Amino acid sequence: MMYLALELLTWLSFLIGGFFLITGGVGLIRFPDFYTRIHAAGVTDTLGAALLLLGMVLQSGDVLTAIKLIMIGFFIFLTTPTATYAIANAAFTGGLKPILHEDEGDGSSKT
Amino acid sequence: MRHAISLGLTLFGVWLLLSGHYTPLITSLGVVSVILCVYIVLRMETCDHETHPIHLTTRAVMYWPWLAIEIVKANIDVAKRVFSAGPNISPAVYYVKSSQKTELGQVIYANSITLTPGTTTMDIDEGTFVVHTIAKDVGDDLCAGEMDRRVSLLEGRS
Repeated sequence: MMYLALELLTWLSFLIGGFFLITGGVGLIRFPDFYTRIHAAGVTDTLGAALLLLGMVLQSGDVLTAIKLIMIGFFIFLTTPTATYAIANAAFTGGLKPILHEDEGDGSSKT
Repeated sequence: MRHAISLGLTLFGVWLLLSGHYTPLITSLGVVSVILCVYIVLRMETCDHETHPIHLTTRAVMYWPWLAIEIVKANIDVAKRVFSAGPNISPAVYYVKSSQKTELGQVIYANSITLTPGTTTMDIDEGTFVVHTIAKDVGDDLCAGEMDRRVSLLEGRS
Protein backbone atom coordinates (compact mmCIF):
# COMPACT_ATOMS: atom_id res chain seq x y z
CA MET A 1 0.00 0.00 0.00
CA MET A 2 2.77 2.33 1.06
CA TYR A 3 4.76 1.23 -1.97
CA LEU A 4 1.87 1.91 -4.33
CA ALA A 5 1.33 5.40 -2.91
CA LEU A 6 5.03 6.15 -3.34
CA GLU A 7 4.98 4.93 -6.95
CA LEU A 8 1.90 7.00 -7.71
CA LEU A 9 3.37 10.15 -6.16
CA THR A 10 6.61 9.59 -8.06
CA TRP A 11 4.86 9.21 -11.39
CA LEU A 12 2.65 12.18 -10.68
CA SER A 13 5.60 14.46 -9.96
CA PHE A 14 7.56 13.14 -12.97
CA LEU A 15 4.60 13.66 -15.29
CA ILE A 16 3.71 17.14 -14.02
CA GLY A 17 7.38 18.11 -13.92
CA GLY A 18 7.82 16.88 -17.48
CA PHE A 19 4.75 18.85 -18.50
CA PHE A 20 6.30 22.03 -17.10
CA LEU A 21 9.60 21.31 -18.87
CA ILE A 22 7.72 21.02 -22.17
CA THR A 23 5.81 24.18 -21.30
CA GLY A 24 9.11 26.02 -20.92
CA GLY A 25 10.27 24.72 -24.30
CA VAL A 26 7.03 25.67 -26.07
CA GLY A 27 7.13 29.08 -24.41
CA LEU A 28 10.68 29.62 -25.66
CA ILE A 29 9.37 29.19 -29.22
CA ARG A 30 6.04 30.98 -28.88
CA PHE A 31 7.02 34.09 -26.93
CA PRO A 32 8.04 37.07 -29.06
CA ASP A 33 11.27 38.49 -27.62
CA PHE A 34 14.28 37.85 -25.41
CA TYR A 35 12.79 39.05 -22.12
CA THR A 36 9.50 37.16 -22.43
CA ARG A 37 11.46 34.04 -23.33
CA ILE A 38 13.37 34.38 -20.05
CA HIS A 39 10.01 33.99 -18.27
CA ALA A 40 9.34 30.78 -20.21
CA ALA A 41 12.79 29.45 -19.29
CA GLY A 42 11.98 30.31 -15.67
CA VAL A 43 9.18 27.73 -15.71
CA THR A 44 11.70 25.05 -16.65
CA ASP A 45 14.17 25.81 -13.91
CA THR A 46 11.76 26.39 -11.05
CA LEU A 47 8.75 24.07 -10.96
CA GLY A 48 9.96 21.71 -13.70
CA ALA A 49 13.31 21.01 -12.05
CA ALA A 50 11.78 20.94 -8.56
CA LEU A 51 9.15 18.33 -9.45
CA LEU A 52 11.67 16.10 -11.25
CA LEU A 53 13.97 16.26 -8.22
CA LEU A 54 11.01 15.51 -5.93
CA GLY A 55 10.24 12.41 -7.99
CA MET A 56 13.86 11.30 -7.74
CA VAL A 57 13.89 11.91 -3.96
CA LEU A 58 10.82 9.69 -3.60
CA GLN A 59 12.57 6.94 -5.59
CA SER A 60 16.04 7.28 -4.04
CA GLY A 61 15.31 4.84 -1.20
CA ASP A 62 18.22 5.95 0.97
CA VAL A 63 18.59 9.04 3.06
CA LEU A 64 22.02 10.18 1.88
CA THR A 65 21.00 10.09 -1.78
CA ALA A 66 17.78 11.93 -0.97
CA ILE A 67 19.71 14.65 0.86
CA LYS A 68 22.10 15.03 -2.09
CA LEU A 69 19.15 15.50 -4.44
CA ILE A 70 17.58 18.05 -2.09
CA MET A 71 20.92 19.90 -2.00
CA ILE A 72 20.94 20.00 -5.82
CA GLY A 73 17.48 21.59 -5.69
CA PHE A 74 18.59 24.07 -3.04
CA PHE A 75 21.57 25.20 -5.11
CA ILE A 76 19.48 25.40 -8.28
CA PHE A 77 17.11 27.75 -6.47
CA LEU A 78 20.01 29.91 -5.26
CA THR A 79 21.92 30.07 -8.53
CA THR A 80 19.28 30.32 -11.28
CA PRO A 81 17.93 33.75 -10.28
CA THR A 82 21.49 35.04 -10.13
CA ALA A 83 22.27 33.66 -13.59
CA THR A 84 18.95 34.94 -14.97
CA TYR A 85 19.67 38.38 -13.54
CA ALA A 86 23.14 38.35 -15.12
CA ILE A 87 21.68 37.52 -18.54
CA ALA A 88 18.78 40.00 -18.28
CA ASN A 89 21.04 42.74 -16.96
CA ALA A 90 23.57 42.15 -19.75
CA ALA A 91 20.80 42.47 -22.34
CA PHE A 92 19.31 45.52 -20.63
CA THR A 93 22.56 47.45 -20.20
CA GLY A 94 23.56 46.33 -23.70
CA GLY A 95 20.58 48.32 -24.97
CA LEU A 96 18.22 45.53 -26.06
CA LYS A 97 14.74 47.10 -25.85
CA PRO A 98 11.91 44.86 -24.67
CA ILE A 99 8.79 44.62 -26.80
CA LEU A 100 6.09 46.40 -24.83
CA HIS A 101 2.37 45.94 -25.02
CA GLU A 102 0.99 49.38 -25.96
CA ASP A 103 3.66 50.62 -28.30
CA GLU A 104 4.69 47.59 -30.29
CA GLY A 105 7.64 48.27 -32.53
CA ASP A 106 8.55 51.48 -30.72
CA GLY A 107 9.93 49.75 -27.63
CA SER A 108 10.52 52.75 -25.37
CA SER A 109 10.34 52.07 -21.64
CA LYS A 110 7.40 53.15 -19.58
CA THR A 111 6.90 53.68 -15.89
CA MET B 1 33.94 34.57 14.94
CA ARG B 2 30.32 33.43 15.26
CA HIS B 3 30.19 33.28 11.47
CA ALA B 4 33.44 31.31 11.22
CA ILE B 5 32.20 28.67 13.69
CA SER B 6 28.86 28.41 11.94
CA LEU B 7 30.59 28.15 8.55
CA GLY B 8 32.82 25.38 9.87
CA LEU B 9 29.86 23.42 11.28
CA THR B 10 27.90 23.88 8.03
CA LEU B 11 30.83 22.76 5.90
CA PHE B 12 31.42 19.72 8.09
CA GLY B 13 27.71 18.84 8.00
CA VAL B 14 27.75 19.05 4.20
CA TRP B 15 30.94 16.97 4.13
CA LEU B 16 29.38 14.25 6.31
CA LEU B 17 26.22 14.13 4.21
CA LEU B 18 28.06 14.05 0.90
CA SER B 19 30.83 11.60 1.75
CA GLY B 20 29.01 8.64 3.33
CA HIS B 21 32.33 7.12 4.47
CA TYR B 22 32.79 7.30 8.21
CA THR B 23 36.12 5.55 8.93
CA PRO B 24 38.39 7.50 11.34
CA LEU B 25 40.99 8.27 8.64
CA ILE B 26 38.51 9.67 6.10
CA THR B 27 36.60 11.64 8.74
CA SER B 28 39.76 13.23 10.11
CA LEU B 29 40.79 14.19 6.58
CA GLY B 30 37.34 15.85 6.33
CA VAL B 31 37.95 17.79 9.53
CA VAL B 32 41.33 18.95 8.22
CA SER B 33 39.86 20.13 4.91
CA VAL B 34 37.05 21.98 6.71
CA ILE B 35 39.59 23.78 8.92
CA LEU B 36 41.67 24.64 5.84
CA CYS B 37 38.59 26.04 4.07
CA VAL B 38 37.56 28.15 7.05
CA TYR B 39 41.13 29.45 7.35
CA ILE B 40 41.18 30.44 3.66
CA VAL B 41 37.77 32.14 3.92
CA LEU B 42 38.90 34.06 7.02
CA ARG B 43 42.08 35.15 5.24
CA MET B 44 39.98 36.34 2.30
CA GLU B 45 37.84 38.29 4.80
CA THR B 46 34.67 37.05 3.15
CA CYS B 47 33.10 35.55 6.25
CA ASP B 48 30.52 38.00 7.57
CA HIS B 49 26.78 38.58 7.90
CA GLU B 50 26.44 39.01 4.12
CA THR B 51 28.13 35.87 2.85
CA HIS B 52 26.90 33.75 5.73
CA PRO B 53 23.65 35.29 7.00
CA ILE B 54 22.96 33.18 10.08
CA HIS B 55 20.84 35.95 11.61
CA LEU B 56 18.21 35.27 8.93
CA THR B 57 17.94 31.52 9.49
CA THR B 58 14.71 31.32 11.51
CA ARG B 59 12.90 34.01 9.52
CA ALA B 60 14.08 32.51 6.21
CA VAL B 61 12.43 29.22 7.17
CA MET B 62 9.14 31.12 7.48
CA TYR B 63 9.67 33.02 4.19
CA TRP B 64 10.54 30.06 1.95
CA PRO B 65 7.17 28.21 2.13
CA TRP B 66 5.36 31.42 1.14
CA LEU B 67 7.82 31.97 -1.73
CA ALA B 68 7.38 28.34 -2.84
CA ILE B 69 3.59 28.79 -3.07
CA GLU B 70 4.06 32.03 -5.02
CA ILE B 71 6.42 30.24 -7.43
CA VAL B 72 3.89 27.44 -8.02
CA LYS B 73 1.10 29.97 -8.68
CA ALA B 74 3.30 31.98 -11.05
CA ASN B 75 4.33 28.82 -12.90
CA ILE B 76 0.72 27.84 -13.51
CA ASP B 77 -0.03 31.38 -14.67
CA VAL B 78 2.85 31.42 -17.17
CA ALA B 79 1.99 27.89 -18.36
CA LYS B 80 -1.55 29.10 -19.14
CA ARG B 81 -0.15 32.01 -21.13
CA VAL B 82 2.16 29.68 -23.07
CA PHE B 83 -0.67 27.40 -24.18
CA SER B 84 -3.42 30.00 -24.67
CA ALA B 85 -4.57 30.24 -28.29
CA GLY B 86 -4.43 34.00 -28.82
CA PRO B 87 -1.76 36.42 -27.62
CA ASN B 88 -2.28 36.49 -23.88
CA ILE B 89 0.79 38.45 -22.86
CA SER B 90 1.24 42.18 -22.39
CA PRO B 91 4.93 42.68 -21.58
CA ALA B 92 5.64 45.75 -19.49
CA VAL B 93 8.54 47.31 -17.64
CA TYR B 94 7.92 48.42 -14.06
CA TYR B 95 10.00 50.52 -11.74
CA VAL B 96 9.51 48.88 -8.35
CA LYS B 97 10.54 50.60 -5.13
CA SER B 98 12.12 48.33 -2.55
CA SER B 99 11.85 49.08 1.17
CA GLN B 100 14.81 46.95 2.28
CA LYS B 101 17.56 48.73 4.18
CA THR B 102 20.50 46.42 3.56
CA GLU B 103 22.03 45.27 0.29
CA LEU B 104 21.46 41.69 1.40
CA GLY B 105 17.73 42.37 1.72
CA GLN B 106 17.66 43.93 -1.74
CA VAL B 107 19.45 40.92 -3.20
CA ILE B 108 16.92 38.58 -1.60
CA TYR B 109 14.02 40.66 -2.94
CA ALA B 110 15.50 40.95 -6.45
CA ASN B 111 16.25 37.23 -6.58
CA SER B 112 12.76 36.40 -5.30
CA ILE B 113 11.30 38.51 -8.11
CA THR B 114 13.48 36.76 -10.69
CA LEU B 115 12.77 33.31 -9.25
CA THR B 116 9.04 33.82 -9.78
CA PRO B 117 8.33 33.13 -13.46
CA GLY B 118 6.71 36.07 -15.18
CA THR B 119 8.83 38.71 -13.46
CA THR B 120 12.55 39.35 -13.98
CA THR B 121 14.73 42.00 -12.37
CA MET B 122 16.77 43.66 -15.10
CA ASP B 123 18.58 46.38 -13.19
CA ILE B 124 18.93 47.81 -9.69
CA ASP B 125 19.48 51.48 -9.02
CA GLU B 126 19.49 52.86 -5.46
CA GLY B 127 16.60 50.82 -4.14
CA THR B 128 14.57 50.96 -7.34
CA PHE B 129 14.32 47.78 -9.40
CA VAL B 130 13.72 47.74 -13.14
CA VAL B 131 11.43 44.74 -13.50
CA HIS B 132 10.25 43.17 -16.75
CA THR B 133 6.89 41.44 -16.39
CA ILE B 134 5.12 39.16 -18.80
CA ALA B 135 1.73 40.83 -18.30
CA LYS B 136 0.28 43.96 -16.73
CA ASP B 137 -1.71 42.17 -14.03
CA VAL B 138 1.43 40.27 -12.93
CA GLY B 139 3.26 43.58 -12.61
CA ASP B 140 0.37 45.20 -10.73
CA ASP B 141 0.40 42.28 -8.29
CA LEU B 142 4.11 42.90 -7.73
CA CYS B 143 3.56 46.63 -7.21
CA ALA B 144 0.97 45.82 -4.53
CA GLY B 145 4.09 45.09 -2.46
CA GLU B 146 3.23 41.84 -0.67
CA MET B 147 6.63 40.31 -1.49
CA ASP B 148 8.44 43.55 -0.63
CA ARG B 149 6.76 43.59 2.78
CA ARG B 150 7.64 39.97 3.48
CA VAL B 151 11.28 40.39 2.46
CA SER B 152 11.55 43.43 4.73
CA LEU B 153 10.12 41.31 7.55
CA LEU B 154 12.71 38.63 6.73
CA GLU B 155 15.46 41.22 6.78
CA GLY B 156 14.34 42.34 10.24
CA ARG B 157 15.51 45.34 12.21
CA SER B 158 19.24 45.28 12.59
